Amino acid sequence: MSQILLIARRELASYLRSWNGYIIIAILLAVGGLLFNSAVLGGAEKRSSEVVAFFFFGASGFVPIASVFFTMRLIAEERQTGTVNLLYSSPITDGQIVLGKYFSALVFMMIFLLLTSYMPMLVLVNGKVSWGHLASGYLGLLLLGSACIAIGTFGSSLAKSQILAVVITTAIVVAMLTCWYLAKVTDRPLNDLFSALALHGIHFPPFSQGIVHMRDVVYYLGVTYVALFSATRVLEARRWR
Amino acid sequence: MIEVEKLSKYYDERAAIADLSFDIGRGEVIGFLGLNGAGKSTTLRILGCVLLPTSGSVRIDGKDLASQPHEIRKQIGFLPDTPPLYDEMTVGDYLRFVARLRGMESNKIEGAVREAEEKTALSDAHEVVISSLSHGFRQRVGVAQAIVHKPALLILDEPTSGLDPVQIVQMRELIRGLRGHHTILLSSHILSEISQTCDRLLVIHDGRLVGQGTENELAGSGSGQVELEVVGTTERGLGDRVINVLKASGLVKNVVIKNESSGLVSLTVEAPSTLRPQIVRALVAADIDIQRIDYGAPELESIFMQLTKTSQGAS
Repeated sequence: MSQILLIARRELASYLRSWNGYIIIAILLAVGGLLFNSAVLGGAEKRSSEVVAFFFFGASGFVPIASVFFTMRLIAEERQTGTVNLLYSSPITDGQIVLGKYFSALVFMMIFLLLTSYMPMLVLVNGKVSWGHLASGYLGLLLLGSACIAIGTFGSSLAKSQILAVVITTAIVVAMLTCWYLAKVTDRPLNDLFSALALHGIHFPPFSQGIVHMRDVVYYLGVTYVALFSATRVLEARRWR
Repeated sequence: MIEVEKLSKYYDERAAIADLSFDIGRGEVIGFLGLNGAGKSTTLRILGCVLLPTSGSVRIDGKDLASQPHEIRKQIGFLPDTPPLYDEMTVGDYLRFVARLRGMESNKIEGAVREAEEKTALSDAHEVVISSLSHGFRQRVGVAQAIVHKPALLILDEPTSGLDPVQIVQMRELIRGLRGHHTILLSSHILSEISQTCDRLLVIHDGRLVGQGTENELAGSGSGQVELEVVGTTERGLGDRVINVLKASGLVKNVVIKNESSGLVSLTVEAPSTLRPQIVRALVAADIDIQRIDYGAPELESIFMQLTKTSQGAS
C-alpha cells in the first residue's frame, strides 16, 4: 500500500508542478461556467432541483474530457523518458504501478470536481438545495470519473506517446458512450446488452436526479476494475518484449 | 553470485541473445564488450529484472529471477542506457523517492541519500532541479540512483556513453571507487574504457558469448591474435628467408608478404602479441635485421575484431 501511495504522490506532485493540469482545469471551468450561466441564469424561472440536475448532467459531459487529458501522461510519459525502467527494476508489482498512477489522476479529478462546486452553491442564493441530491450527483461524477480515468490509464499503458494515449482513450470512451445510441437502434436482445454497457446512457442520469442505484455503482466500479486489470496485464506483457 | 544458464531472448523471430551462459563471483567487476546491437543491453535488462527471458535461467545468490523477482530486485541497482530521471524533481527528492521505492527503511534513507551523493560527487547538487543539470551530471545522478539502496549487484548499461573525455575519466574514477562495495556489471563498446575498469571481460557478438577472461587471457587464447609488422633490409630473397625462419620457429600461424622492394620487406605476421619477444629473438638469431616492429592494431581492438570475425565465420 505504501508503495502505491509513493507512486501516486510523486505523480501528483509532478503534475501539480507542471502547467498542463491547470490549463485543462481552467478551460473546462471557463466553458462549464459559461454554459451554466447561459442555460440557468437566463430565461424562464426554474425549480432549484431542476437546475442542480441540469448542472450534474452537464458536468458529466466534462468529466470524460478531463479524464482523457489527466491520464494521457501517466504511463506513456514514463515509457517516453525511460523512467519506466526504474519502476520495472524496483521491488514493486505492476499492479502497484497501475494503482498508483490511477489514484494520482483520481485525486486530480477530485480537485477539479471540488472547483465546480461553486455552481450548485449559486443555487442557494435564490433557492434550496438538498444535500442528498448534491452528494448523489458528486458520487455519480466521481464514479464516472473513476471509470474514465481507469480507461485512460489503460490507454496510456498501451501508447508509446501521449498523443497516441489521447487517441486510444478517446476512442474507447466514445465507443462506450455510443453504446447508448446503439441500444436505441437495435432490437432485443442486443439492445439490452448495449444499454448495460453504455458508459453514460442509463447509468448516470439517476445520479443527477439524486437517485443512487446499486446497479449503477457496481457498473462503474466494474469498468474501473476491468480497465485497471487490463492496464496491469499490458505492463506485465511489456516485460516479454 | 550470478549464474546465467542458456539464456535466450527472442524479439519475434530474431534472437537478441542465444544460449548465453556465464558465472560471476561476488565482488567482481565485469565488463560486457560488444558492438551496438550485440545483445549487451538485452542481457543487462534481463539481469536488471526489466525484461523476462524467452528461455534459460538466471540465479542471483541462489534465488531464481523468474520465481522470486521481488527478492532479487531489492539486491539490484540498475542504470539503463538512458538514466531514468524525473526532470522536475530535485536531486535530493529524487534519490529519496528511489530509496523508498526500493524498499529502504525510512530512518536510513536520509543517510543513504547523503552517502550516494558523496560517492558520486553530487553533494552540491542536492537542491538542484534535475532538468537543469548537464549530461555528465545526469549520468552521475543515474549512478547515484543505482547505488542509493546499497545493492549487492550494480548493473550499469553504457555509463560513459555521451560523456566528454574529462567526464569519462571522472566516471571511471567513480566506478573504481565503487569496487569492493558491490559486484559490478558494466557494458561498453569502447574497448579501452572497459579494459581499464574491469577484472574480467565478457565479449558478446550477435547474441552469443564469443570470449571471456582478462585482457591478457583473451590476447593469449588461440583465437586472440594480433598482427606484427616486420621491416628488414639488404639482400634479395629476404622475404622468403623471414618466412622460413618464422615457420621453422613454430611461433606463428601465418605470414604474408605485404610489400617487397629493394632491401625492404614488410610482412604481416599473425601471432599472439605475447610472443613478440620470441619472434624478435628468432629473427635476430637468424641474422636478420629488424627495422620496425609494431602491433598491427591496438591490442584489445584486434582481439575484439578477431573474436567477432571468428564467430561470424562459424555461423
